[in-house]
Amino acid sequence: MKRIVIVGATSTIASECARIWNQTDNVTFVLVARDKSKAKRVAKDLRVRNPKNNFEIETLNFEKPKQIAGLIEEVAKEKIDLVLIAHGVLPEQQEVQTDLRGIKRVLNINATSVAMFAEGFANAMQETGGTIAVIGSVAGDRGRKANYVYGSSKALVETYSRGLAHRFAGSNLNICLIKPGPTATAMTAERTQKGQKQASVEQVAAQIVKGISKGKLVIYTPGIWRWIMLVIRHLPTSIFNRLNF
Amino acid sequence: MFDSWGRLNTKSGEVKIVSDIGQIKTLLKKTQSSLPYGVGRSYGDVCINPDGTLLSMSELDRFISFDPETGILKCEAGVLLRDIQRQFVPMGWALPVTPGTQFVTVGGAIANDVHGKSHHVHGTFAHNVLKFTLIRSDGESIECSPTKNPDWFAATVGGIGLTGVISKATLKLQKIAGPLIDTQTIPFGSVEEFFQLTLATNNAWENSVSWIDCTTKRKNRGLLMVGNRSTNQTETKYKDGLTFPFEPPVSLINKFTLKPGNLGYYALNRIKPSKSTVHYEKFFYPLDGVGEWNKIYGPKGFYQYQSVIPPENALSATKEMLSEISKSGQGSVLGVLKAFGDTPSIGLLSFPMAGTTLALDFPNRGAETEKLFERLDAIVKAANGRLYLAKDARMSREMFASGYSEIENFTRFRDPKISSAMSRRLLGS
Repeated sequence: MKRIVIVGATSTIASECARIWNQTDNVTFVLVARDKSKAKRVAKDLRVRNPKNNFEIETLNFEKPKQIAGLIEEVAKEKIDLVLIAHGVLPEQQEVQTDLRGIKRVLNINATSVAMFAEGFANAMQETGGTIAVIGSVAGDRGRKANYVYGSSKALVETYSRGLAHRFAGSNLNICLIKPGPTATAMTAERTQKGQKQASVEQVAAQIVKGISKGKLVIYTPGIWRWIMLVIRHLPTSIFNRLNF
Repeated sequence: MFDSWGRLNTKSGEVKIVSDIGQIKTLLKKTQSSLPYGVGRSYGDVCINPDGTLLSMSELDRFISFDPETGILKCEAGVLLRDIQRQFVPMGWALPVTPGTQFVTVGGAIANDVHGKSHHVHGTFAHNVLKFTLIRSDGESIECSPTKNPDWFAATVGGIGLTGVISKATLKLQKIAGPLIDTQTIPFGSVEEFFQLTLATNNAWENSVSWIDCTTKRKNRGLLMVGNRSTNQTETKYKDGLTFPFEPPVSLINKFTLKPGNLGYYALNRIKPSKSTVHYEKFFYPLDGVGEWNKIYGPKGFYQYQSVIPPENALSATKEMLSEISKSGQGSVLGVLKAFGDTPSIGLLSFPMAGTTLALDFPNRGAETEKLFERLDAIVKAANGRLYLAKDARMSREMFASGYSEIENFTRFRDPKISSAMSRRLLGS
């Protein structure tokens, strides 16, 4: 019997990953979400797809350290094989840069909350081992004007999870960082321009599941983004600042 | 991204993503003119709303419940038929009615009351819908089934999305032995032969459809393809195909390729063994193997012309249409002919009726193409036939009114805040 905990289980990428893991029997899913009815919707779908698996739902406020600690204590009473931390918001850059409360909200959810979950689960699982996979973004690789509020929140996720990975290197606890490129989800669809290429959620989820099972430390998905971001990270500022993206 | 399949239009409308059923009401309230949009597999202007809003439904893709005893499936409206088939066929259940592509949402299949190769046995998609929930812009939520609010049910199935937003549906699946289909391909040399063959085979075969060559001058040859669920099921996997890699600058279907293409298709199928057992995806969805095949018609896009002619005029009108088409030198290699069964459709604007349906793609050649369509319209109208809304992009209001007798009745059920390019063209708002 395998146990998989998904934090932010109602997110498009996370629930698509769950659908893949759900193709194997004898898995218990702990679906952690902010909204109970949305979590139920995900659980029902998974149950229809594989009635042989178990689905538990946990809801809490993702910004409250006490609630997060309590949840992790409860969930970690039984051995956890895999945790996927997937929650996040993609703000409209123009809106948040003129509204300081927006910055706080984005950083709270995308960065602080993710760090608390990652730290909490890492501490709880250091004896038993397992995998903690955290969803970052290619947007965290270099700040740019189109999305630096979101990008910087994802940069924290990167640094935090790399730090955890360093701390647990050589142990049986793997910390995996996932960096999706632009993916066709509800979060991005409304601002997608015609002709702009986006990976499908199915494709991204399949690569995440595959990367995690192979024990990869960093997963760029689609893989081409590793090379695109390598170039972008190393562009001299004099050139970078002339680009409009 | 949010086009219609015929790619005739450049504007499709502002897009709002529905990622939760609860959002539908709010979005309907907030917008002046919106239209539910599935995955854009209808051809003309039925699924677009330039200057208005599209409510993208494809994120509502969750199953809700399934009873393995009865085959009753409840799901959200954005679920793809592909996902239903892939999930339940291995469990011994399948959709009794499916169109020629599985990249269609449940909501879209209901709203266009789609049909398939099994029409003469299972009727239209709506005949296998037990109920659905319709959300209206005034905030009302209407449960519709053939017995509960049957008038709303009849207006909404085939109602091209105009009566409200379908949020979830309950479907009856069909018990099957497995994924394999026994098929047989029977060549015919004329339209007369097609009618005789259909008459002779319809009772014995659950699925039946014909390909017809639209280029030959006198006799129209073709291939009747029939299929039954195979009793001998051995496990096979079917691989996803390739995606058409680019948009050619001009249509690849043109006067140089049309004849050889049709001849080649015919010849290829004649030399294949006439009987075989194939995976259901290959049988029902041969074109799904080539993703985005609509690009083959180039940047100007294409039309599909699909008509149905009642039995008494079917033979003569079909022959007349084919002769007009071959004279024009237009058309494509995808000519499809099928005899519908007698089961009356439920929807006020449902397309299928007893008779014979002919469907053909036409690369968009502007006025030349429209002229041909007007000649075809005249034949269809004189024969008391009608055109399929899910495919249409250009018919006149007069042509619409001559084919559909319940238009006035239908308009009573429209949602005042929902409209499409098609509704403005054919219904005036």
